[in-house]
Amino acid sequence: MEILQGRVHRFGDDIDTDLIIAARYLNTSEPAELAKHCMEDADPDFVKRVKPGDFIVAGKNFGCGSSREHAPIAIKAAGVSCVIAKSFARIFYRNAFNMGLLILECPDADQIEEGANLMVDADMGVITDKASRKTYRVTAIPPFMQELLKSGGLMAHIGKKITHDNC
Amino acid sequence: MPVPMTITEKILAAHAGVSSVRPGELITARVDIALGNDITAPIAIAKFKEAGAGCVFDRDKVILVPDHFTPTKDIMSAMQVKAVRDFAREQNLTHWFEGGDSGVEHALLPEKGLVVPGDLVIGADSHTCTYGGLGAFATGSGSTDLAAAMITGEVWLKVPQSIKFIYKGALQPWVEAKDLILYTIGDIGVDGALYQAMEFCGPAIEGLSLEGRLTMANMAVEAGAKSGIVAPDEITRKYIQDRARRPYTFYASDQDAEYARIIEYDVSGLEPQVAFPHLPENTRPISQAGTVPIHQVVIGSCTNGRIEDLQSAARVLLGRKADKSVRLIVIPATPAVYRQAMEQGLFAIFLDAGAVISPPTCGPCLGGHMGILAKGERAAATTNRNFVGRMGHVESEVYLVNPAVAAASAVLGRLASPDEL
Repeated sequence: MEILQGRVHRFGDDIDTDLIIAARYLNTSEPAELAKHCMEDADPDFVKRVKPGDFIVAGKNFGCGSSREHAPIAIKAAGVSCVIAKSFARIFYRNAFNMGLLILECPDADQIEEGANLMVDADMGVITDKASRKTYRVTAIPPFMQELLKSGGLMAHIGKKITHDNC
Repeated sequence: MPVPMTITEKILAAHAGVSSVRPGELITARVDIALGNDITAPIAIAKFKEAGAGCVFDRDKVILVPDHFTPTKDIMSAMQVKAVRDFAREQNLTHWFEGGDSGVEHALLPEKGLVVPGDLVIGADSHTCTYGGLGAFATGSGSTDLAAAMITGEVWLKVPQSIKFIYKGALQPWVEAKDLILYTIGDIGVDGALYQAMEFCGPAIEGLSLEGRLTMANMAVEAGAKSGIVAPDEITRKYIQDRARRPYTFYASDQDAEYARIIEYDVSGLEPQVAFPHLPENTRPISQAGTVPIHQVVIGSCTNGRIEDLQSAARVLLGRKADKSVRLIVIPATPAVYRQAMEQGLFAIFLDAGAVISPPTCGPCLGGHMGILAKGERAAATTNRNFVGRMGHVESEVYLVNPAVAAASAVLGRLASPDEL
C-alpha cells in the first residue's frame, strides 16, 4: 500500500453513523451528494476544511449505531484517505473493508493532535507525525481483512462465486 | 467428547457445516434470510448488478421491506423504494412487502413466521439482532454484505465470544424488557459488548413474553454487540408453532460452555429506566430523572411497537389526556398490530388522549419523517437511539424509555413514571 500523507481532523469517542451522515440525507446513495454532508452534525465546517488525502482521527467505538454503508461511502467520497481510531464499531469496521475505505486501529489515537501532518504506512503499521517525528503503532490488520483490502473489497473477493447459475 | 458450545456457537457451527466452532474463528456460513430495507437495499442492488449477478441465490430467502421512509416522504425516497420494488419484481421475490402489507421489518418478520429459532439471519439494518429473541443468530451488516449474501447465500463471520447475562428477581410494576436492556447498556456501556454475543438468561428473562425478548435482543447493538440471544423455550414454541413455515431447531448452550464474562443482575428493585441524551448508556432510574419538559412522545419502532407495547401505553393513557404542550405519536409497528390495537379498543384510548396514530413506519425513530423535532425540542421515545440529531434538529434531544413511561410523560408534559399519575 502506498504511504499516505495528509492532515488530521480530530473527533471524540463514540462517533455514531448519524453524525457521520445524518438520516435526513439517506434518500440518496450518490457518493458525491453524501460527501457534501459528511460529519455535518459533529462539525458543520468539516467538508469545507477537508482536503483530499486527509485523515479522520477519533477515539473509541467510531461508527457505532446504524449499519448504513452511506457512512464509509461519505467519508471516502469526501476525500479522506484513512480513518484512524482507538476502536471501531463492528458493522462500520466490516463495511469499511467490504467497500474499500482504509481504517486503522491505533491504541494511542488520543495523542494525535488536531491539524497534525501525518505520514501513514499501513504496511509497516506506523503513523508518523511529520513535525514532531513522533510515531504511533497501528494494530495489525487481520489476514482476512488484508485479503479483502488486496482484492479491492468483498464483491471482488467473492468474484468467482458470481454466476448466472441461480437463474 | 463433543466440544462444549454456547447457543451462538452451535448455530454458527450448524450453518458453517462443521461440528464445532471456537470464538475468533473465521467461518463462511449459510444464511437462512438476507434482509434489506429502502435505505440499504438500493446500494446492495446496485452492487449486485455491477457484479453481473443474474439471480438471487433463493427467492424465498431474500426479503426486502421498505419501512424507513415509507409511506414515501419525498421524491427521492420514492425513487429508492421504486428501485427496490423493481428489483423484487424482477427477481420474483416471495417476500416483498409494501403498502398495507408492510411494517417495521423487525416486527414484521417474526410476526409472519419468516424467521424461526435456530436461523442465521443477516440484514442490512443494525437492528437485525432483534431475531435473537426467537433463539436465532441474527446480525446487522452493510449493503455490500447484503449484496454478497443475495448472490452466494453465504456470509463471512468471525465467531464472537459470548457474554452471559443472568437476570434474577421479579420485575416491579411498570418495569419492562426495555428497562432490563437499558439498565444493561447503562452498566456495560455502548461498546461494552463490542464484537461479542450477548446471551440473556435467568428467571426474569424466562418470564418475559416473546415480544419482550425481541425488545431485549433488539438493543444488543446499542452495547456494540454482534448479536443478542435468548434460548428458545415453551414461550417461543407457543409463539412460533402456528407462524413458522419452515422446520426450526431449538439450540441451547451447554452447561460448561465458555463465556468471556458472566454478569448477574438482581432486578427485583429495578425502576423504569431513562437513557438521557446523547447515548443509550446514559441511563438513570426514572425517580432520578429530575424535571425534564417533553414536547413530543413517540410510541413505536422495532424496539417497542408491538401490541403489548401499545397495551402498556394504553393502560396508562386510559381516561387521561396528553398535556397540551406534548404531541403524542403512536406508531403500530405492523398492519397486524394496527388491526389488533383497533379491535382491542386501544385506538379510542389513544385518540381520546389526543394522540395521532401513524401508519406503520420507522419514521421519526431515525429522524426520517412523521414527527421531526425542531431546535431545542425534547422527545421521550420508546425507540432505540438518542444520538445527536437522531430525531431531527442537531440541537434537539431524545430520551429513551419504555411505553408506560412514555405515556406517563405525555400526560404530565415531562419525564414521569406512571406511579406519579
